[in-house]
Amino acid sequence: MRRALLLAFALTAAAPRAHAFCGFFVGKADAQLFNKSSQVALVRDGDRTVLTMSNDYQGPLSEFALVVPVPSVLTREQIHIGDRKLLERLDAYSSPRLVEYTDPDPCSLREHAVFPMSMPMAAGSMRSREMTDHAKAMGVTIEAAYTVGEYDILLLSATQSEGLEAWLRESGYRIPAHASRALAPYIKQDMKFFVAKVNLKEQKKAGFQELRPIQIAYESPRFMLPIRLGMANADGPQDLIIYALTRNGRVESSNYQTVKMPSDAEVPEFVQKEFGEFYKAAFARTWKQHAQRAVVTEYFWNMGWCDPCAAPPLQSAELRELGVFWLDAASAPARLRGPAGMPLTLTRLHVRYDAEHFPEDLMFQETGDQQNFQGRYVLNHPFRGEMKCDAREQYLTSVRERRRREATTLAALTGWSAEKIRQRMGPDAPAHVDPWWKTLWK
Amino acid sequence: MRLNDLRLPRDPRWLQIAFLASFLTVGLSARDFPLWHAPLIFVAALGTQIAFTRLLRLPDAGLLSPVITSFGLTLLLRTDLLWLPPLAAFLAIASKFLLRVRGRHFVNPANFGLCACMLVTQHAWCSPAQWGEGSLLLLWVLGLGCMVAHRAFRSDVSLAFLGSWILLRAARVLYLGQRAPVLLHQLESGSLLLFTFFMISDPKTTPRGRAARLAFAGCVAALAFALQHVAYARNPIIWALFLCAPLVPLLDWSEEVLASRKEQPCAALYSWPSR
Repeated sequence: MRRALLLAFALTAAAPRAHAFCGFFVGKADAQLFNKSSQVALVRDGDRTVLTMSNDYQGPLSEFALVVPVPSVLTREQIHIGDRKLLERLDAYSSPRLVEYTDPDPCSLREHAVFPMSMPMAAGSMRSREMTDHAKAMGVTIEAAYTVGEYDILLLSATQSEGLEAWLRESGYRIPAHASRALAPYIKQDMKFFVAKVNLKEQKKAGFQELRPIQIAYESPRFMLPIRLGMANADGPQDLIIYALTRNGRVESSNYQTVKMPSDAEVPEFVQKEFGEFYKAAFARTWKQHAQRAVVTEYFWNMGWCDPCAAPPLQSAELRELGVFWLDAASAPARLRGPAGMPLTLTRLHVRYDAEHFPEDLMFQETGDQQNFQGRYVLNHPFRGEMKCDAREQYLTSVRERRRREATTLAALTGWSAEKIRQRMGPDAPAHVDPWWKTLWK
Repeated sequence: MRLNDLRLPRDPRWLQIAFLASFLTVGLSARDFPLWHAPLIFVAALGTQIAFTRLLRLPDAGLLSPVITSFGLTLLLRTDLLWLPPLAAFLAIASKFLLRVRGRHFVNPANFGLCACMLVTQHAWCSPAQWGEGSLLLLWVLGLGCMVAHRAFRSDVSLAFLGSWILLRAARVLYLGQRAPVLLHQLESGSLLLFTFFMISDPKTTPRGRAARLAFAGCVAALAFALQHVAYARNPIIWALFLCAPLVPLLDWSEEVLASRKEQPCAALYSWPSR
């Protein structure tokens, strides 16, 4: 039997260069299938929604499959295969950033330069009639079947979850035992199932090495992401990055606490070399501090401008490709437009979820919040030139004081031990001060 | 001092204020809980109350009620505009003096201020999940504890609303074949807690008779449920109370009519039409 992997919607660990995990993973136990990142772009205005789903699937293509609950049967025109670059661009543009400042010579009062520096975190074998008849017998209706790009896509409706589970299993998808339980609520809500797998012939023809993201456009009053399917067989938390593109303002979850990533913190210089490690630790700490139940906001900003820009802003053609349908050519950001902005806000949400802490699908709401926020961490390079003036001593004291502060901030952000931080800071580490009682009885 | 001497303050509103303040403290301990709008709301609400009392030459009713309204707005209203919080507070308090039927105001002030602002601009919104879940459990226990301990919290409307809401939610979870944690997660909502104990429970803006109050609570719960799952509205319970407010004078009136009929059974007999 052909082995298949049934992945639910957002299956993957997208923590910056994060660990692998298996979504609604149904491959064999020894399958080395790693999904490094699962990213979703969610474009929405009114009820109109365009969803772009991407993951770093690494296993054999014949074993890949994706099951997504959708609100209605989609027509061929509502499905599109996008370019991976789109999500990479969004990622680079919105990822937490490190900015560095170099102290001016304390002996001269020149303006100091600012160098923004970005550090992206990156994040059927049966014949069709037979298949249809067989499906019907199990309460599953194949509402539509398309081949789009390198994918074979089916839209299924089902009357009962056990039938759907059995049908998927018989059709070659290996499903975990309790999958029907995860499928049932969607069936009860009259949702349909979008099932995609790779058409190897088409894939070869297209010549793409990686799977391209699937895009679907639909109308639904529900602003949500179905994440529950992906938990059915996961054995640990999964990471998901959501890029929400909306007209009026920031997006937040309406059924889970949404918190901002601690930002604008000054950190020691060595973080420059270990920014990935640093951010992973800082994210994990924030996640734990909120009982592993919060949705973390990493960025929200009007798409008309950025400061500092971690990557060049997206062009109008790219936004259109992502599904931003309400921008006409004139209002698109051919160039940065300044604080007046444009009717488009990008919100980047990072969710690390598992079945225990996220018992429900993610629901969202668009707020009218048009403030801006970014995950931003600041490096201060001291002035290393020759200083010949009285201000020298005062300056050096202030640098020492700042380094002490930075070490404390870093410990608070990441939970790293003071010892570890001192070690990494090397000669820059703040001088060790004995506790007060050490000299008490001497 | 013996334990018996420790009395709760006579005016139950003090206790409500203490509870709301602890609610705010819990909120502040969660991340990203804004407070900048609090002084604007309090000043505008108290100012409006004093101005209307003087303007209409009404007897001084004290400032506890606008303080409670201000707390409610502080906890629920979110905005990124500076002028919106005072506007919400003004509308909330003004509604008490201007929206009156037969000498009684019938819309909950904080609810009205909030909904009016959300209708006027997209820059006003509620963040129902902003408290985080762990600390909320504590507040639920505290809220229910107060209910047992003090009559001010022992509101039949609150209980009827909460009961119907939980029943409806539980029925849906069962119908969808979901598990108990889903229900618990849905009930662990800060705005639900606040709504139950401080909004719908307001005796001034609920019907006078007990039967009418229970019917009112049931209506709000049912409408909220429909708003959430049929219309997919955001903040369904808050809108449901807003939409149900006109029922209050209607229920009061119908109860009066019923009562007056009961009092005169003989008159009814004599008035039987005869040729």
